Amino acid sequence: MSTAVNTNTPSKLEKILAAGQLAVTSECGPPRGSDGEAIAKKAEMIKDHVDAINITDNQTSVTRLCSLAACIRLKLMGLEPVLQMVVRDRNRIALQSDILGAASFDIHNILCLSGDHQVFGDNSRGQNVFDIDSMQLIQTVRQMRDQGKFLGGDEIKRPPRMFVGAAANPFADPFEIRVPRLAKKIAAGAEFIQTQCIYNLDKFELWLKQAGDRGLLDKVAILAGLTPLKSAGMAKYMKNRVPGMDVPDEVVKRISGVPKEKQAEEGIKICVESIQRLKEVEGVKGFHIMAIEWEEKVPEIVEQGGLYPRPAVGE
Amino acid sequence: MIVADKKPIEEIIEEVKDYTSILIAGCNECVTVCEAGGKKEVGVLASALRMYFMNQGKDVKIDEVTLERQCDHEYLEEIRNNIDQYDAVLSLACGVGVQFMAEKYFNKPILPGVNTCFLGVTEERGVWTERCQACGQCILASTGGICPVSRCAKRLLNGPCGGSSSGKCEINPDLDCAWQLIVDRLKELDRLDDYEKLTPIKDWSTDRAGGPRKVVREDVKL
Repeated sequence: MSTAVNTNTPSKLEKILAAGQLAVTSECGPPRGSDGEAIAKKAEMIKDHVDAINITDNQTSVTRLCSLAACIRLKLMGLEPVLQMVVRDRNRIALQSDILGAASFDIHNILCLSGDHQVFGDNSRGQNVFDIDSMQLIQTVRQMRDQGKFLGGDEIKRPPRMFVGAAANPFADPFEIRVPRLAKKIAAGAEFIQTQCIYNLDKFELWLKQAGDRGLLDKVAILAGLTPLKSAGMAKYMKNRVPGMDVPDEVVKRISGVPKEKQAEEGIKICVESIQRLKEVEGVKGFHIMAIEWEEKVPEIVEQGGLYPRPAVGE
Repeated sequence: MIVADKKPIEEIIEEVKDYTSILIAGCNECVTVCEAGGKKEVGVLASALRMYFMNQGKDVKIDEVTLERQCDHEYLEEIRNNIDQYDAVLSLACGVGVQFMAEKYFNKPILPGVNTCFLGVTEERGVWTERCQACGQCILASTGGICPVSRCAKRLLNGPCGGSSSGKCEINPDLDCAWQLIVDRLKELDRLDDYEKLTPIKDWSTDRAGGPRKVVREDVKL
């Protein structure tokens, strides 16, 4: 493919999107220990089937090996990391400092997030920070990159060159501000969006259409988030227990309708069908496949979804 | 008002058990309204402590007083003439009152009888909820009169987060999502367009980040 596309950063993810190709990203959760090989092992499973790999940042507020160190490890393996960064644990000094640390290893993608509240994790009695919010983190990275300036106004020597992403949850409440909220993230400087796991495709498509009607789809690349269901139990858990998750009854019914030993297979099938349907939807620029502790399934999902082989992009 | 809650009696006993003459000092302001440290609570606590010491076979003098306020010099001065009769004062004022009394009566142990909780309202009898964190830079004009600093669990200035579900916060199904409330109110005021204005990064130097705070008003100084 051509690499003569203008991009703001050296990000491979940005180049693929700019070339009009469907992008595929996935995520790896770092281990609850200091074995860096655990990250390498997960990355090895998926590296040929995705363009970039998100590393989660103490997801669900459970303490883990840090996202930045795990991203550096991927980078040293020659892979393309997406540094997930939550504003829960660090103030603006630490956030800017970690952005520079990532940039020093030429990590070219960042996903700006609020972070789950610490009450869900293993340190529920700890303090949180929230010095800035996720919207303001997007602005911070863009300022550092585009103006070459710290929040304090001083000049940055060798500014970070990061493709800036944000999350969007088309299913959270209140629904009437779901599109305005996307508009706000774009106004803050988000260049790509990775969405919450989509099970309610109709609602997702409605959200996309409304975003399209406001002219937002030309301004940001939306990667549809998908998480394959492993079992009927997981479907029910996601439906009933995870805030902001929309799992329609028919999905629960479908996976519950097959014998237990076939449910994982059915979950993969649902995921692949979602890719096949959403690939054709205007405004879907790629997929973010979050196979939670099930990374080994990513290659077959990508292949069956017709997203393999991945495009080669020159540096 | 400043909302406080009564400390467990066991904790208070632990604080005062070695004294033989104790003054319990209530406050007639916020802690009276939230029923944690007014005249009534002073009386109830005094009775409980008298019973405790009687059961222990100890002769301990426990007196009661309720000051108009414990955050002003003039009312704290009212106990200057008799404070020497006591080994310790158990103050049922908020943490402000306890400290101001301790500053004034430097050689006297001043012990807290309540836990100071937050700045809030009486939602209904017996239920108090938070409304303000005294960040020192009020943004209520742009958030429909609902404060995300005190009422959003992540104090998001550009919320809500993805955890807002049916109007409730992800951390507790009994807790309203502040941003749902803000959106509802902006809609009611026909100002939903305001939602899309990006709130800039906040200056927290007027919050606790800037260290202990001070307001000086030259126009009212004597």
